[in-house]
Amino acid sequence: MILASILTTNLAILVLAGFIGFVVISKVPNTLHTPLMSGTNAIHGIVLVGGLLLFGLAELDSFSKALLVIAVAFGTINIVGGFLVTDRMLEMFKSRPKPKASEQDSAGEGKPGTDGKAGS
Amino acid sequence: MTNLPLATSFLQSESFIYVLYIIAFALFIQGLRGLSGPTGAVRGNRIAAVGMGIAVVATLLNPGEGNWGLIALGIALGVAVGVPAARQVKMTAMPQMVALFNGVGGGAVAIIAWVEFRNHGSTYGSHLALRTFESGPFVEHAIVRTGALPTYVAIFSVFAAIVGSVSFWGSNIAFGKLQEIIPGRPISLGSAQQIVNLVLLILALAAGIDLVSGAHSELLFIGMLIVAALLGNAVVLPIGGADMPVVISLLNAFTGLSAAATGMALNNPALIVAGMIVGASGSILTNLMATAMNRSIPSIVAGGFGGGGAVEGAEGAGEHQGTVRSTSASDAAIQLAYANRVVVVPGYGMAVAQAQHAVRELTKELEARGVEVSYAIHPVAGRMPGHMNVLLAEADVPYDQLKEMDDANPEFQRTDVSLVIGANDVTNPAAKNTPSSPIYGMPILEVSDSASVIVIKRSMNPGFAGIENELYFDPKTSMLFGDAKSAVSEITAELSAL
Repeated sequence: MILASILTTNLAILVLAGFIGFVVISKVPNTLHTPLMSGTNAIHGIVLVGGLLLFGLAELDSFSKALLVIAVAFGTINIVGGFLVTDRMLEMFKSRPKPKASEQDSAGEGKPGTDGKAGS
Repeated sequence: MTNLPLATSFLQSESFIYVLYIIAFALFIQGLRGLSGPTGAVRGNRIAAVGMGIAVVATLLNPGEGNWGLIALGIALGVAVGVPAARQVKMTAMPQMVALFNGVGGGAVAIIAWVEFRNHGSTYGSHLALRTFESGPFVEHAIVRTGALPTYVAIFSVFAAIVGSVSFWGSNIAFGKLQEIIPGRPISLGSAQQIVNLVLLILALAAGIDLVSGAHSELLFIGMLIVAALLGNAVVLPIGGADMPVVISLLNAFTGLSAAATGMALNNPALIVAGMIVGASGSILTNLMATAMNRSIPSIVAGGFGGGGAVEGAEGAGEHQGTVRSTSASDAAIQLAYANRVVVVPGYGMAVAQAQHAVRELTKELEARGVEVSYAIHPVAGRMPGHMNVLLAEADVPYDQLKEMDDANPEFQRTDVSLVIGANDVTNPAAKNTPSSPIYGMPILEVSDSASVIVIKRSMNPGFAGIENELYFDPKTSMLFGDAKSAVSEITAELSAL
């Protein structure tokens, strides 16, 4: 009975989180789907917490410890890599000059130009 | 039932830590809400990052936490790999990057489940469970001390191990294909593939059930991880490059669900919520991608696109073969210069040639001449959801010029020139007109509605689907053969010389 309460509470969190996830993610436009994927990669890095929790166990042999170092490293890659690369991408989407006139102002400053010529 | 740990330090109390986890997952959700538009997105991402920081700190506050040196080592390794990778990756390589990160996440989940098992194996009813329950919001010391670990913990843990291993290996194969370490073409066992996959799945599940019901064998656990690894390989190897958007999304969903399962096993709300959100995101994207290709998820997972159906399609194409009109950069430039409205349709070819900056230069030149320019983007253009958008954003294309398929299609009728750059199947009218075509029913960008079409393409080779494109034989279509980047640059040069 008591055990069921932990399980059922967690199940309730699980189900509600699933519904909230669907609602929130449905509002993300197609244009932002790549940053969404890298952003969710970063959030998936929460598994780092799992690795850290297990490091708190009293009886860990050296093999388990070695495994956990890898798990922690993996989780950290997810977190720092994911958030950084998402930030990089989203900055590109943000720095939009809105009116058409200002676009042409910024036309000259581009390294893109040199890229284009290199190809021809 | 005295809760001594609770009294000793408020900051280390289980309730306080639990509250921090709740704040963390609230910030994840709030952060993702920011992704509903480009303006709030950067902030949203940073909010989620703050949430992650809080979750990590909360975990480190845990009274039983130890092995600080090893934790620091793991984090240092992760930072050393993750930061340079994120800083240096090219936008054209984003699909690989996402696949790799995805795999790493799945691997972490599988390893965590393994270590959990190593501890449960000897002492069923581990210290972890003891500690978690001891001072948690629910008071239930006796049950844990006397009995075994609840069965559901083992079930979720084993589930996480299988799914984590599948997505680790699947994502690595996807990475290898996208990075072209492994050929992008489907590699499969032919008709035996589905049977092999099914057998592997059954083996993994059988091992899992055996473990949950009390087989205390680590060898069996490792065997299960290996079988799941083979399954991950067997599922992704036969999938062709054009199906990558679906596969990457599906693997994303898998890693999310495996993290949620880890959260259930470790009784950690932040893991459960974060995992489920990632799972929901991956599922939504998978579904969107599959719909945009008019294919069912099972049929994509079951086998490559480049198989039997596509060959028939290529043969059938002989019927409507007409003459292909080839054009030159200077003619294309004139055509574009005198248009009122031009729609650019980018595809994987643009990504391969890294032509996004050249394309932006061209459209700037056109805009300077008063031509109205927009970009029509098919949901599955490229190798991952939103791939084209990121490339064009990198090249400084204004967000509001990027049109999704449903908004773009009605506009083609009043478009003078559609400029198709390295896109193929997503523009093929056969999807609308030819019921026998393997892509029949797939929603396409209706470029043939526009007054004229210029297609920049390397050669007449059919795309990944191996299907001839009727569009190229349309009298109003002219083909400009060549590498996307140099072809576009040539047009720009001609245009400025006009």
